[in-house]
Amino acid sequence: MKKWQCVVCGLIYDESKGWPEDGIAAGTAWEDVPSDWLCPDCGVGKEDFEMVEM
Amino acid sequence: MNTTQRDPIVIVGTGLAGYTLAREIRKLDKNTPIVMVTADDGYSYSKPMLSTGFSKQKTADELAMAEPGKMAEQLSLIVRTFTVVTGIKPQQHLLEINGESLRYSKLVLAWGADVIRIDIPGGANERIFSINDLMDYRRFRDVLEGKKRVLLMGAGLIGCEFANDLIAGGFEVDVVAPSDTALPGLVPKVIGDAVVTGLTQAGARFHLGRTVQEAAIQEGHVQVQLSDGEKLSTDLVVSAIGLRPRVKLADDAGLTINKGVVVNRALETSEADIYALGDCAEVDGHVMLYVMPLMACARTLAQTLTGSQSEVKYGVMPVVVKTPACPVAVAPPIGEGEWKIEQNGIDVKAECYDANGALIGFALSGQFVDARQQLARQVPSVHD
Ligand SMILES: Cc1cc2nc3c(=O)[nH]c(=O)nc-3n(C[C@H](O)[C@H](O)[C@H](O)COP(=O)(O)OP(=O)(O)OC[C@H]3O[C@@H](n4cnc5c(N)ncnc54)[C@H](O)[C@@H]3O)c2cc1C
Repeated sequence: MKKWQCVVCGLIYDESKGWPEDGIAAGTAWEDVPSDWLCPDCGVGKEDFEMVEM
Repeated sequence: MNTTQRDPIVIVGTGLAGYTLAREIRKLDKNTPIVMVTADDGYSYSKPMLSTGFSKQKTADELAMAEPGKMAEQLSLIVRTFTVVTGIKPQQHLLEINGESLRYSKLVLAWGADVIRIDIPGGANERIFSINDLMDYRRFRDVLEGKKRVLLMGAGLIGCEFANDLIAGGFEVDVVAPSDTALPGLVPKVIGDAVVTGLTQAGARFHLGRTVQEAAIQEGHVQVQLSDGEKLSTDLVVSAIGLRPRVKLADDAGLTINKGVVVNRALETSEADIYALGDCAEVDGHVMLYVMPLMACARTLAQTLTGSQSEVKYGVMPVVVKTPACPVAVAPPIGEGEWKIEQNGIDVKAECYDANGALIGFALSGQFVDARQQLARQVPSVHD
């Protein structure tokens, strides 16, 4: 499971946790997150996220 | 000063700072009454998306994420739109809105920054735009319909991002700026030059070291004269020459101001029960017109306003410039240092080291932006 970070505001999408508030179940891989999903904090799109190296 | 517990927290501004603060407060406290007052239409939108509208194929309407009524419902608060604050009376805890007074228990200034405007002779004002909110963007897109060419004044972050986006939208783009490179003051010149090269290769025409002297409408087009006498023909002018935190009303009310409304790390202004964050605020000496700092401030202030006094701690907050023709990431150096530069065409890695050899900042362009996360882990936080 990977983590993705919004480069604008820093929010982290953790695949293992998903984003249940937006109906994205825990364990949802980044590529399966809907393409129109927006950063819950600052509203930018998926293109503005980057994989976080651990 | 007989404010009661029931007087609301009043937040002025429904930009990212205002709405993020409201959301963070509601995560901690569902009941305290909150009133938001805004001069604009109160739509929630993501301002950084304004400069990627064409690349992401979004119209102004598609960038509006939620109307004020929906925000009010989601956050259980009141949003007063098209309501311009005209004064503050700190002693009485009153906010003035034209003739009306609104009492607050706590007041938060999240009223943003003004675009710097200069008067351009020639009578083409109806074709000169500045874009600092969704309403500006909507007007700009409406007038842009059916046009082919745009001239940008300013080669800073916003000017460069719009230049790249308009190229992506199929427009002919001229950029006029007094600086000798792009992103002056934000990145070392080599990186600014890389951005100029990248955008030029993508199709932009740069006119650096010059300013717009005059703009006149002739036969439906805008004829622009530059300071060196060169004449350019375009259809629309976008002025992106800079932003200045809004301080006037705070100054009039006796709050301490400097470049922005001065607040400490608890986001307190010089007057009791008045706080500030976002583009209008100067936080512990830092004026940073970016999203990451305002998010950090919103979380901290939400804690304080719900009873646990907190101080903001700025970490490492690299700025990413959304210019796909030559992407840039920068963490401005903390303190004085010397740049060490590695370059291959528009791919530049600039690292800034202090006298002790510690990495204190970096600026990256092109392929090297991939090193951002790794370098961000090595540079010091703004606050330690
Ligand atoms: C094109 C563009 C691209 C950007 N890209 C990025 C990026 O990629 N990354 C990044 O970190 N930052 C970016 N920024 C900067 C970032 O968007 C801003 O720092 C942030 O949105 C500021 O939010 P704010 O809430 O402080 O101000 P604003 O969004 O300007 O909100 C101010 C609010 O106050 C209200 N107001 C003002 N005066 C009054 C008054 N007298 N009475 C009542 N209401 C009033 C306004 O109506 C508005 O609702 C970008 C900015 C622009 C313009």
